[in-house]
Amino acid sequence: MQQLLYLTEVSLNGLTTGVLYALVALGYVLIFKSSGVFNYAQGVMVLFAALTLVGLQRGQVPFAHLWTAVFGTHTYLFGWNLPAVVAIVMTLGVMVLLAILVERLVLKHLINQHPIVLFMATIGLAYFLEGFGDLMWGSDVKRLDIGLPVGISETIESFTAATFGYGVFVDRLDLFAGLVAAALVFALTVWLKHSQLGRTLRAVADDHQAALSVGISLRLVWVLVWSTAGFVALVAGVMWGAKSGVQFSLSLIALKALPVLMLGGFTSIRGAIVGGLIIGVGEKLFDFLMGPIIGGATESWFAYVLALVFLMFRPQGLYGEKIIERV
Amino acid sequence: MKIARMTICALMLAAFSAPAAYADLVLPWLEYRTGPYSPSGIPTADGFEDYLTLINERDGGVGGELIRVVKCETGYNTAKGVECYEQTKGEGALVYQPLSTGITYQLIPKVTADQIPLHSMGYGRTAAADGTVFEYVFNFPANYWDGASIAVNHILDLNGGNIEGKKISLVYHNSAYGKEPIRTLEKLAEKHGYTLSLYPVDAPGQEQKSQWLDIRREQPDYVLLWGWGVMNAAAVTEAANIRFPMENFIGVWWSGSENDVLPVGDRAHGYKALALHNVGSDFPLFDDLRKHVIDTGKFAGDGTSVGSVLYNRGMYGALLAVEAIRTAQEIHGVSDITPQMMRDGMEALVITEEKMAELGLPNFGPSFAVSCENHGGPGTGWVSQWDAHNQTWSIISDLITPDKEIIDGLIAEASAQYAEEQNIARRCQ
Repeated sequence: MQQLLYLTEVSLNGLTTGVLYALVALGYVLIFKSSGVFNYAQGVMVLFAALTLVGLQRGQVPFAHLWTAVFGTHTYLFGWNLPAVVAIVMTLGVMVLLAILVERLVLKHLINQHPIVLFMATIGLAYFLEGFGDLMWGSDVKRLDIGLPVGISETIESFTAATFGYGVFVDRLDLFAGLVAAALVFALTVWLKHSQLGRTLRAVADDHQAALSVGISLRLVWVLVWSTAGFVALVAGVMWGAKSGVQFSLSLIALKALPVLMLGGFTSIRGAIVGGLIIGVGEKLFDFLMGPIIGGATESWFAYVLALVFLMFRPQGLYGEKIIERV
Repeated sequence: MKIARMTICALMLAAFSAPAAYADLVLPWLEYRTGPYSPSGIPTADGFEDYLTLINERDGGVGGELIRVVKCETGYNTAKGVECYEQTKGEGALVYQPLSTGITYQLIPKVTADQIPLHSMGYGRTAAADGTVFEYVFNFPANYWDGASIAVNHILDLNGGNIEGKKISLVYHNSAYGKEPIRTLEKLAEKHGYTLSLYPVDAPGQEQKSQWLDIRREQPDYVLLWGWGVMNAAAVTEAANIRFPMENFIGVWWSGSENDVLPVGDRAHGYKALALHNVGSDFPLFDDLRKHVIDTGKFAGDGTSVGSVLYNRGMYGALLAVEAIRTAQEIHGVSDITPQMMRDGMEALVITEEKMAELGLPNFGPSFAVSCENHGGPGTGWVSQWDAHNQTWSIISDLITPDKEIIDGLIAEASAQYAEEQNIARRCQ
């Protein structure tokens, strides 16, 4: 019985962790689904969004080190502390601005190019954004505090303790992230499936040239998609940043999103969520069952092995579109 | 035309040879101001550079010779670190401090062949404390195995000297660095009768839910942390999540900076970490630093990390290098020393409380003397504790001496194995 309870606890925590992985994967799916570009910079966008949120909230002077080096200003703070909602809205504004700049400076010049060219451009963008974020907000570890619930859910713990004799651990932040992710997925699915704009986005993804020929503004679509991905990056940045602070390592959570994408498929929002949940539960259960035998630390590779095995049987992922090319 | 060409060539030659013409004391710094570990690399580098700037600005260098810091960015990448070593060693490097266990391991055979000292203060290959085998490698004043023993001795102090039947868990970075204390902790477990359980965490270590769910089920009495970078803050967060008592959670000195606790907020209150040196900026030296370096705008970073744990670490490393240079100059009677002379200076280095007070850092670090046999120093350290309300670290213990009986035995065993593998003849006979 005790072992079964432990297993349930591990699975529950796997599910909540999986939602966090899915949040990162969602950003990739959105851009890929809507424009056919695999955005390598999505992980860095998560970091950049979180850095901007914290910087704006605590009144940090952007590029303070640069101004100090050039003009000797030594002014690092404006001296305000913005309410979280205001800082979030302003950060969204910055992410939209970033989307416009990406479209103007990078994507506009690559219309009708092969997907690999667009992919390479996003690699460059990732490196640029990494350094730009550092220069703009500094590379020190920042605390993200926008009043999110943290710590063990005492309600679940006391309920399970009273019912089963063992208090199950669930992190309140993970539960909150689950709710946010559910709302996000619902809104995005409705938007993409049932709105005219959503259909427009899908048309662009299918064929740039055909979309242009029927009067769709490719540039507007790209700005829209990148802005939405920026919003998703902000949500992911907030959830992960609240766990261990906002620092460079945030960009590395993209590594956790890749197996999720392979598993769920690159073009499905539902796939990102299901893939995230499978990876989350899978890696936690594997570590719980096999960790003691093989020495632990299995989480970093298990997701990739699972995705690899999956690829052998279903290369397009669980919900991905099967690509049939006629010769 | 010919004269013009010759003039251009002469000017270019002069321009490119300018650094070599410097009769400076060259101290390379393999830094990491970029990448995931930059939040730790930056304050350490700032402390190192600021102290040397102070020595140049206030004292005109050491023995009349200015110090020149040659920097190379490694991004905490071992391959890049080795590349940096190869790039900078020709500049007349006196001693390397790579601030990375991975890079240190790779450099040991190289510095030995090139006869350039390597100082890995509180990190690197622990067996290098045996000077009879590792001629050019130093790791004073303490190493990882000392750290493990200091943590256990602190737990012994808390329990009246008896920890039989207690459960101690180690959450560690799944790398050469993180695995270093395991053998020592196992040996100490045999001696003191506690149970040791191990929880490896793969880099970068943001996700540790599995490990902490296990810890919550196992309910150890104490948890030790051997982490680096984001792994530390993630571990403290997860410990707070499962309501593990922070006063029973002890990190090594690489898991005890402001970066590791600030993101966790008030919930990190009471977390402990080992300290290689004292904390804060309440020392006379900082008045000089402000006067000659900070206020004059000659500081290396943005000046905000002055007095932080890692800033002090970098500063302490620079101080020990400067004192070794001074010792080498005294031994050889010349001011412009060579790396081999620097090695002699490091091997004859004596740090006393009087000297530290004279340098403006009373009660900042342990007193010790390096010798031909002992390159590791006394191995002593303190325990510090985080006050989340005032956002300060405080030293809460006396200087703790590690279990030398066990540590020395382990070092002798490991260095003998290395000597055999590398076919090294013992020295100091």
